[in-house]
Formats: sequence, C-alpha cells, structure tokens
Amino acid sequence: MSVIDAPRSKAAPKRRGINWEKWGWIYMRASGVVLVVLIFGHLFVNLVAGEGVKAIDFAFVAGKWADPFWVVWDTLLLWLALIHGGNGMRTLVNDYANNTTVRRILLAGIFASTAILIILGTLVIYTFDPCPVGAAPELLPSFCPVP
Amino acid sequence: MPEKSASTLASEPPATPVIRNPKRPAGTLYRGREGMWGWVLHRITGTAIYFFLLVHILDTSLVRLSPEAYNAVINTYKTPIMGLGEIALVAAIGLHALNGLRIILIDFSSWGTKHQRLMFWIVVGLWLVLLAGFVPRQLMHIFGGAA
Repeated sequence: MSVIDAPRSKAAPKRRGINWEKWGWIYMRASGVVLVVLIFGHLFVNLVAGEGVKAIDFAFVAGKWADPFWVVWDTLLLWLALIHGGNGMRTLVNDYANNTTVRRILLAGIFASTAILIILGTLVIYTFDPCPVGAAPELLPSFCPVP
Repeated sequence: MPEKSASTLASEPPATPVIRNPKRPAGTLYRGREGMWGWVLHRITGTAIYFFLLVHILDTSLVRLSPEAYNAVINTYKTPIMGLGEIALVAAIGLHALNGLRIILIDFSSWGTKHQRLMFWIVVGLWLVLLAGFVPRQLMHIFGGAA
C-alpha cells in the first residue's frame, strides 16, 4: 500500500452525501459558544446567587419552571450540553478504543445514553407537575392551592 | 551564502550530517508545551463534566417522581464534601469553557494559531480570576451562615 498516490493519478472520487464529521466539528464550536452563556447563567442562579445550592429544593425548581424563560433555558441546556458531551466522548472513543468490538460497544453506549437522557429530560421538563396530589404541602411552592 | 568554493567542497570528505532533535517543537499547535497541555486538559475536563452531566440529569429527573425523592437527593449536594466537589466542577467547567473559546479563536481567526500560546496563558489568567470570585463565595456558602 502506498502512503500517497502516485503523481498524475486521478483524483479520488468525491464522497457523496452529508459530511457528518464536518457538521459535528461545526456543532462543537457553535454549541460551545451558546453553552458558555447557558451554563454560567445556570451556575450563577443555582450556585452563587442568594443562599447558593442550599436554596435548591423541589419548590425552587417548581418556581423556576413556572417561568417559560427557564423552561426554554433548561431545555436548550439539556439538548445542547448532552449532544456536545456525547459527541466529545465519541471523539475520545474513536481516538483511544483500538479494539473494534470495544469501540462499537462504547459508541453504542454513548448513543443510547444520550438518546435516553434527552427523551427523559425533555419529558421531565414538559410533564412536570409543580403541585402533585398527595405531596406534603410544606414541600410545594407557595403558588400551589392549599388543600 | 556559499562559504566555500566548489573545489574545496569537492576535496573534503562528505561529512555525515548531524540532525539533532529540536529542544522543543516549533510552530506546532498540538505537539508539546502549552498547546498540548491545553488539549490534554480539554479532554480530561470534558470527560469529567460529561459524567457529572449524566448524574445531574438523573437527579433532576427525580422532581417528576416526588418532592420527597428530589429533596432527599439534592440535600446530599449541600454537604461540605459536595460543596468542595462543586468547586472542582466549576473549575473544570471554567477551564473547558475558556479553552473552548481559545480553540474557536484558533480555528476561525487569522491570528489565532500564531498567538495560541499567549491565549493559553490568558485562559489560565481568566480562569484564576473566575475562581477568585467563586471559591470564597462558595466557602462562605458551605461553612458560613452567609446568605
């Protein structure tokens, strides 16, 4: 096998179809810029402002998701971050997993966990009930009707 | 340029050229020094953040189960050990985010490759500023009663 083509050989036929590797490369950079804003905003509101992490409980989450702004914010965060992370892990597996079987198993695992967590997370955000029936009233946000 | 005439060159025995390994690779982005360590740190922090993200989506999904289940798990995030873990998390995210912006500048700007080494140290500097802002605040949240 020659390392490079002999001079004057015909150009390799152009690969047809979508260049997924290129779009993956572009996605990492485009989503990365957006994630910088989304994640530092997320960290500031949840970890730095007010009492920090000690303020977080069910009522805190319910209060945030009563505002469509944070619903959209968290949905974008879920999709962009998980696909960004999954694609990054795919790159690492392609680089370091030399054994074909091991590589295929790892790639399938990354794909499955990404798909499952995106579906799970999206369902949680959009089927969320801030005032579940039968829950202890003191754990619920203040806007829930008093039973 | 020629220091010796053709006749003296022809009379001298051909010397074995001595090629020394360069002390450091010059003009490379990913081989040696800051460029390589930026690349290594990007992979390490990316992997760490990815596994945190998987756990974080699962723990947040507990809001769909019951307020009690979510509060029980989120309360473990309020312990001093997890508080220190949050410092490590913010440190990893900060470095990954800032170095990611450096990668984007290298890829898309005309001057990025030339100044990538300087930009690595700017990343480190901004990262230290970020931690100087976050760590004292976080330590107050963990160990003090400060709101």
